[in-house]
Amino acid sequence: MTLRLDVRLHARDLDVALDVAEGETVALLGPNGAGKSTTLDLLCGLLEPDDGRVELDGRVLAGDGAWVPPHERRVALLAQEPLLLPHLSARQNVAFGPRSQGVGRREAAGRAQALLDALGVGDLADRRPAALSGGQAQRVAVARALAADPRLLLLDEPLAALDVTVAPQVRGLLREVLAGRTAIVVTHDPLDALALADRVVVLESGRVVESGPTRDVLARPRSEFAARVAGLDLLAGPVHDGAVHTGEVVVEGVAAVPVAEGERAVAVFRPASVAVHRERPGGSPRNAWPAVVTELEPRGDLVRVRAGEVAADVTLAAVADLGLVPGDRVWLVVKASEVAIHPARA
Amino acid sequence: MTRRAPGLPAWLLLPAAIGALLVVLPLVALVVRVPWTSLGPLLTSPTAVDALLLSLRTAAVSTLLCVVLGVPIALFLARTSFRGQALLRALVLVPLVLPPVVGGLALLYTFGRRGLLGETLDVLGVQVAFSTTAVVLAQTFVSLPFLVLSLEGALRTAGGRYEAVAATLGASPTTVLRRVTLPLVLPGLVSGAVLAFARSLGEFGATLTFAGSLQGVTRTLPLEIYLQREADPDAAVALALVLVVVAVVVVAGTRLRREEP
Amino acid sequence: MRRALAVVLALGLVAGCSGGDAGRRTVTVLAAASLTEPFTALAERLEEQDPGLDVRLSFAGSADLVAQVEAGAPADVLATADEASMARVPADLLDGEPVTFATNRLQVVVPPGNPGRVRTAADLARVDTVLCARAVPCGALAHALLDDLGVRVRPVSEEQSVKDVLGKVASGEADAGLVYVSDARAAGDRVETVDVEGSEAHLNRYRLAALAGGDAEVARRWLDLVSSGEGRAVLRDAGLGAP
Repeated sequence: MTLRLDVRLHARDLDVALDVAEGETVALLGPNGAGKSTTLDLLCGLLEPDDGRVELDGRVLAGDGAWVPPHERRVALLAQEPLLLPHLSARQNVAFGPRSQGVGRREAAGRAQALLDALGVGDLADRRPAALSGGQAQRVAVARALAADPRLLLLDEPLAALDVTVAPQVRGLLREVLAGRTAIVVTHDPLDALALADRVVVLESGRVVESGPTRDVLARPRSEFAARVAGLDLLAGPVHDGAVHTGEVVVEGVAAVPVAEGERAVAVFRPASVAVHRERPGGSPRNAWPAVVTELEPRGDLVRVRAGEVAADVTLAAVADLGLVPGDRVWLVVKASEVAIHPARA
Repeated sequence: MTRRAPGLPAWLLLPAAIGALLVVLPLVALVVRVPWTSLGPLLTSPTAVDALLLSLRTAAVSTLLCVVLGVPIALFLARTSFRGQALLRALVLVPLVLPPVVGGLALLYTFGRRGLLGETLDVLGVQVAFSTTAVVLAQTFVSLPFLVLSLEGALRTAGGRYEAVAATLGASPTTVLRRVTLPLVLPGLVSGAVLAFARSLGEFGATLTFAGSLQGVTRTLPLEIYLQREADPDAAVALALVLVVVAVVVVAGTRLRREEP
Repeated sequence: MRRALAVVLALGLVAGCSGGDAGRRTVTVLAAASLTEPFTALAERLEEQDPGLDVRLSFAGSADLVAQVEAGAPADVLATADEASMARVPADLLDGEPVTFATNRLQVVVPPGNPGRVRTAADLARVDTVLCARAVPCGALAHALLDDLGVRVRPVSEEQSVKDVLGKVASGEADAGLVYVSDARAAGDRVETVDVEGSEAHLNRYRLAALAGGDAEVARRWLDLVSSGEGRAVLRDAGLGAP
C-alpha cells in the first residue's frame, strides 16, 4: 500500500479509512458536505486529524505525534479552478514547484517547457494566466502539479469549472496523465469516475459507505449517493424471504447472487420502472407501498417524482391526470422483475 | 443617447450637495487665502524648508516601520486564528479612533523619561524625549492601523487558496510568503503604505504632546503651520497648501489603483 | 471668507444670551484664556452686586479674539494678554484708548523635586529646557529675558503656548521651562517654581478696552471693576502683577 489514511476529525464528524495502492487512481464520490474536500485537506496537510494517522510510502505524515508540513509531503493538489499565480507566466507557474524544491532556474524552466509541450500548451508558455482560456489554464495547472513530481496527486473536481465543450478533452488528458499514478480524484460525475478511476470510494456524512471497482459500484450501487448519480433507485435493509425490508417498505426482486436470510442487501431499480397511483392498485402487485410526494422535478417530457426514499420517472401527462402536488399521498408500484437485489457489505 | 439612472429620489440631491460643500468649501476657502505672489519665498524660508524636509524624512521612516511591523501583524490577523485575535485586532486599530493627543500621552507614559520603558532606555543611553525618534514613534503609532487594515483586507480578498496550492507544490512558508502572498497583495500593500505615509505626514497631536517642537528636530510641517498660524498666517496658509496638495495626490493615487484591476 | 466664518462663530457664541428679560442688561467680555480664573471670579461678584446685569465671558487666544473683533463679533469689552494683539485692532473698532490693567512676568518652573537642580536662570543652559517659540509672545519675552541675563539656552523644544511648556515640565520630560507666573500658579503643585532675577524688566502687559459697537455704559462698569482695588486683589491672587 502506498497511502494509508485512517483519521477522525471530531468537529466535522469525519471518520474515514482509505487505502490507495501504488499506481492506483481512486475516485472519491459523495454528496456536498460528505467530507470529500476535508479528506483532501487532511491528505495534503491543510488540516491535522484529531486522531488516527496518514501514511505515505511508509512515512507517517500525520498522527502518532508526527506532523509533516504540506510543502514536505510531496502531495500535490489540483483544484477545480486552475489557481495559477497571476503575476507569473505559464512557464514560471509550472517551474514554481521545482524552483521551490531547490532546482536551478534553467533546469526548472526546461522541465516546465517539456511538460507544457507534452500537454499541448507549449506555445503558451510565456503568457500570463489572464491571457489563457479556462481549458488552457487547467492544462497548465495539470503541468504544474506534475512538475512538482508528487508521490500522490489530489484532484478536487478538476473538470467542474470547465466548459462542457472543453471538459471531454481535459478528461482525456487526465486519463493519460493518471495512468500508473497514485492519485485521488474528487468528483460528482460518474463519467469522471469511469474514465479516470480504478476504484470508487463513496463518502456520506463523513463515513465511507461504499468502495469497490468503478464498474461494479456504478452498475450495482449500494449507497444512496452512488445510486443517485447512477440514476438508480436504491432501498437497503435485511433480506427476509427473498425481499428487502427497509423498515417501512418490503421490496421483492431478482437477486443477482444468492442472498442469505437476514443478510443486508440493496434493492436497485430504475426510476422509470416505478408507477405512481392515487389509489391502491388492484390485482395485488407484489411491490406496492404508500408514500408522500415531496418533490416534482421536470426532466424533459418526464417528471421525476420523489416520494419517500424513491424517485419515479412519470410522464407529464400522467402527472397532470393524477393532479400531483407535493404533500399528496400516493401508491408506488414497481414490478419485481425490474428490481435487482445485491448483497450490501455494510 | 443618455444613460439614465433608475430613479433616485430627487430630494437626495440636497443633503448630498450640502455634504459635498461641507468638504469642498473649506478647501476652497484655504486655497483662496493662499498668498500666491509670495508663495515662493514663504515655502523656501529656512524654517519652512526644515519643517518640510523633516516631515518627509520622518514620514518615510515611519512608513518603512509600518511596513516592517504591520505586514506581519496583518498576516497573523488574516491567515491564522488564535485565542484573543479579535482583541488584538481591536487594539491595533485603536489609534485610528483615538484622539491623537491621547495617543501622545500614551506614548509619553511609555517612552517618556518617566515612562514604562523610559528609564530602561535611559540606561541604554537612548533618550527618546524631544528627539526625531519621538516624532517617528508618534507617526508610526497613528499610521500603523492604516497599513494593517488595508493589508488585512487585501489578504482576506485574495484568500488562502493560492498559498495552499503553492505549499502542496513544495514551497516552504517563507517561499510562499515571498513568491505568492506578497505579490498577490502588492496593490493592497502599496495603498496601505501610501495611506500610512499620508497619515504620518499629517500627524500633529501625538507629536506635539510627545515629541515637542524644535526646528529641524521635531517641528514637522503640521507643527510649523500651527506655530505660524499665530505669528505669520500667510506662511501657515502656504504650508497648509503643501499638505492639501499631498493629501489630494495620495487620495487620487490610491483611488486610481483601486479602480485599475 | 475667514472673516465671515469668524462672524458666524461669534454670533453663535453670543446668540444664547440675547433676548432675555427687557429690564436685564448684558455685558459681553472677550478675554484672553489666561484670564479665565480671575475674570470668572470678577463676573460672579458683579452679578452679585447688580442682579440686573448678566456677564457673558468668552475666552480664547488673544490672536483669535482680535480676529473675532475684526469680524464684527458683538461684544462690549476686549481684554488681550499682550500689547501687540491689542495694537492690531483698528482704532475705529475701539471706544477710547486701551489701558494696561495687569502684568505678568516670567518664572522658571521645574518638575516636583527639581531633578535638574535648577537654582538660577544660568542653570537653564545646563539642563533640558523648554521655552515658547520665538514666534509667540511668551517666547519672544523669554528670549529677551535670557539675552539680557547673558544665558545661552539651547531649548530641547520650542512650544506653541505656555500650557505646552507647562505640560512638558509637569510630566518630567523636561527639567525646566520658562512660563508666566500666573500659569505657574494655576499649575499648583504639579510644578515647583524658581524666581528669575530681572524678570520684572520684561513684563507682559494685559490690555483692556471697550469696543465701539458695544454698550458703553456696561463696558464702563466692567472696566471700573477690573481697575478697582477689588479687581486688583483678584488679579494679584491669580499671580498677575499691577500695571
